[in-house]
Amino acid sequence: MPDLTPAIPEIFLLTMACVVLVVDLFLKQEQRHLTFWLTQLTLVGLFLLTWNGMQTTTVTTFGGSFIRDSLADLLKLFTYVVTAAVLFYSRDYLKDRNLFKGEYPVLVLFSLLGMMVMISAGSFLTLYMGLELLSLSLYALVAFNRDSSEASEAAIKYFVLGAIASGMLLYGMSILYGLTGTLDLASVAERLAAAPEHGRVSILFGMVFILVGLAFKLGAVPFHMWMPDVYQGAPTSVTAFLGTAPKLAGFAMLIRLLVEGMDSQQASWGQIMMLLGVLSLAIGNIVAIAQTNIKRMLAYSTISHVGFIVLGVMIGSNEGYSSALFYTVIYALMSLGTFGILIVLSQKGFEAEHLDDMKGLNESHTWLAFLMLILMASMIGIPGTAGFIAKFWVLQALVESGHVALAVYAVLMSVIGAFYYLRIIKLMYVDKPEREASGRQAMDTGVVLSVNSLSMIALGLFPGILTATCLAVFAGG
Amino acid sequence: METIAALLDFLPQELVTVVLILIKIVAILLPVMIAVAYLTLAERKVIGYMQIRMGPNRVGPKGLLQPIADAVKLMFKEIIIPANAGKFLFIIAPMISLAPALAAWAVVPFSDTLVLSNINAGLLYILALTSLGVYGVIIAGWASNSKYALLGALRSAAQIVAYEIAMGFALVGVLMAAGSLNLGEIIDAQRGGIHHWFFIPLIGLFLVYFISGVAETNRAPFDVAEGESEIVAGFHVEYSGMAFAVFFLAEYANMILIGALTTILFLGGWLSPFDGILPASAFTIPVLGSFLDSGVHWFVFKTAFFLLLFLWFRATFPRYRYDQIMRLGWKVLIPVTLVWIFGEGLAIALGWKPWE
Amino acid sequence: MTFVQFLFYFFAAIQVLAALRVVTVKNPVHAALFLVLTFVSAACMWILLEAEFLGLLLVLVYVGAVMVLFLFVVMMLDVNIAEMREGFASYMPVALVVAIIMVVEMGMVLTQRIFNVRPPVEKVADVSNTEAIGAVMYTDYVYPFEIAAVILLVAIIAAISLTLRRRPATKYQTPIEQIKVRRNDRVRLVSMKAEKKENGS
Repeated sequence: MPDLTPAIPEIFLLTMACVVLVVDLFLKQEQRHLTFWLTQLTLVGLFLLTWNGMQTTTVTTFGGSFIRDSLADLLKLFTYVVTAAVLFYSRDYLKDRNLFKGEYPVLVLFSLLGMMVMISAGSFLTLYMGLELLSLSLYALVAFNRDSSEASEAAIKYFVLGAIASGMLLYGMSILYGLTGTLDLASVAERLAAAPEHGRVSILFGMVFILVGLAFKLGAVPFHMWMPDVYQGAPTSVTAFLGTAPKLAGFAMLIRLLVEGMDSQQASWGQIMMLLGVLSLAIGNIVAIAQTNIKRMLAYSTISHVGFIVLGVMIGSNEGYSSALFYTVIYALMSLGTFGILIVLSQKGFEAEHLDDMKGLNESHTWLAFLMLILMASMIGIPGTAGFIAKFWVLQALVESGHVALAVYAVLMSVIGAFYYLRIIKLMYVDKPEREASGRQAMDTGVVLSVNSLSMIALGLFPGILTATCLAVFAGG
Repeated sequence: METIAALLDFLPQELVTVVLILIKIVAILLPVMIAVAYLTLAERKVIGYMQIRMGPNRVGPKGLLQPIADAVKLMFKEIIIPANAGKFLFIIAPMISLAPALAAWAVVPFSDTLVLSNINAGLLYILALTSLGVYGVIIAGWASNSKYALLGALRSAAQIVAYEIAMGFALVGVLMAAGSLNLGEIIDAQRGGIHHWFFIPLIGLFLVYFISGVAETNRAPFDVAEGESEIVAGFHVEYSGMAFAVFFLAEYANMILIGALTTILFLGGWLSPFDGILPASAFTIPVLGSFLDSGVHWFVFKTAFFLLLFLWFRATFPRYRYDQIMRLGWKVLIPVTLVWIFGEGLAIALGWKPWE
Repeated sequence: MTFVQFLFYFFAAIQVLAALRVVTVKNPVHAALFLVLTFVSAACMWILLEAEFLGLLLVLVYVGAVMVLFLFVVMMLDVNIAEMREGFASYMPVALVVAIIMVVEMGMVLTQRIFNVRPPVEKVADVSNTEAIGAVMYTDYVYPFEIAAVILLVAIIAAISLTLRRRPATKYQTPIEQIKVRRNDRVRLVSMKAEKKENGS
């Protein structure tokens, strides 16, 4: 009998997801908010369970295929927070569109389970299965609005490209499995480190496939094609989920595979990652300028942020990993808030997704415009916001590791990227509104949104606790 | 067997094995085919009596040569291949339908020594082979280039896939009770008289298995795939002559197989119901003793009983509507098996095994 | 050549030919049937390797269920074969490159023996294949096994939530409503005064 204690949050989540699924069966449409609150309760319970079980040492169970360390705990805690916030934001949006059904929170919970499995994965097998669980739920969520042809198109694209990416990843894993004869990441790392010189090419083959798969899932250039279409086509509430929490899990996947599984090959994957990072920064920032659809623009902005994360990991030092972890967390919170505002602005029969919809927001919704201002400032990286600290830390790590030219390039690209964030601020504060805007949101949603956005300032002014945690995560291991 | 092996001494060893296996196959298939032929007669007679009429009684004494006459007639009829039909698939479809029904007999134990291949995963082999039979129906329906045939094939495919799940779950219950996938060991686990047979503790699974078996063979009341009142004759509407006869053979061979399997899995196969109840001395009585003792005749009796049930169903039940078939399969049989397996697992975990 | 070797080459030849026909054959239904043949011969190979559980499961799951439903769909579709084959020539070079890369990779992995990849363990005589797999699956691999179960559950939920919806135009009967009907729901007795006869007639 394996030790189940480290996996208690996962077991609790699985049980609760099934409970929600069954309970929802007996509810009438008017009582559907019970499903919602039960889901939130589950997330609170998860948070408490994970928080209580936090340890500084690494625990493994299920024969090493489940790892619980401080990286896993930190990422999981933020995943819960992000998921809970997304559910708050989407409630009214879904009600307006007749999508407020029981399957929605259930699928969200199952994708959360997939993310947790990924975050805690200790072997190729569990990592891949977690990824599939996450992807499958997300495909269904993207297609959730059956009557929208855009959503169906996005879902098909996402599904096909996602399946290809999974195939690539699996193929790479199978090559490494063939070489090392084990699925366990720790043993893979050991055997790769002991690999003879003439085996390098074979390892490189496997690694390239794994990197392609990773890049697909993260959305790094040149494997980013799916992102703009999916971001635009999916219901905004799903985009908000898709663009935030899975990135945290994706970061964990990056660390588990590359750092824990293939540490000895850092020289080779570092180069490929550098290329991915450089391209992502360029394409993401430059193409975003040409977009008129905010969701599409945010997809490209995501690509550019992924570029930063990839560059941070590329460095191959604990400093680099910590900075990338910090960047990922901050990025998730930033884009969570941004999508939250878009969701709140959308009304029945109206999607706030064009740049023009932002015009004169200051006049109609002063507070929302202010929150958006903070988020955009943080996306640009203006000092005093969390985005600044995140960018600064990655750049610092780059410079310290001798990649001065890369750092300069990244700054340059960020400056280019500042243009389209500033454009939104200009539209909100300078231009006149074109349409009668009527944003309403539930009290609790407003509070969550405000806390979410203001945390960018709070973390920007007092980043100490989070940076220390991020450093501690990698210093110990 | 040894004498035959000695006769073939001049051949290489490998070839001798092959020849011996072939002889055994013939020894099993010949009785099966004869049984199939006379099952068709039995069906007409039984249904005839149930409907207070005579049934076939012209060819031979009491109509006993009727199947022979039927076979001769079908053999000399022309096989018509419809225009634009997939010729190769059209011809091969009846064979695909018959082959699995016959191949499954390879692992059926007729008595404690009489079995062609005593393999470990016998139950799984049976399940895999019976799931292949549907291809004959599908291919026939598609290759006929006929709307009725295609409709029949689609109905049949959906029905077989649906009932196979319930059937598989029922088998899971049996293998949990027996602790083995080997058919011989499953029968051994039921030793000790009629009250040790699995149909008592697993009555739910027994019923589900037999009902699914009737559905799998596309027999009444689940014969929507043929449904002569709706879609003429379903998947074999375009077939004639020997090609049609092979479909006919496949259907009856499948019925016998399902009967035999139900016997093996739930009624102790070749075991005698008196085994373990009567004192051992009873089995030494000259003629009666060998009858009361376990043996291949019990296997035949029990199988024949289930075949009678098949015919009885056909004579008495009206045909299910298609959506009712699906409802029964998915919403009744599968939940019953799931609950039953859960209860059985619980019982095993608690160490309470009523069949032992 | 022993009998087992003969069987191996027999099944291998069928498998390779059938797999080749899957991609070269024109008619999608034939392609699906060749795929079935490939699966069956693969299952036979596995059984030759004494992995009878996996072999039979391949037949049971892929041939007996997955491919049946697959054929079901392919037969219902009105596929335009000529249209489907248009891109074949242009995809060919890419496909060839990918195929060659894959063959080279597999060759490298299999022949180089960079690490000490152990050959498959000989079958232990007295433990049946099924039992051995069951023992490992419910102990060492229970975690991936459970996740796989969850993935299947999600697939069911996703499929149902995406397809099950009541369109307003569909007509259906509710037998319960029909049975519960009383005479009063359908028939209304109206007492009318008898009308006077017109003159004449």
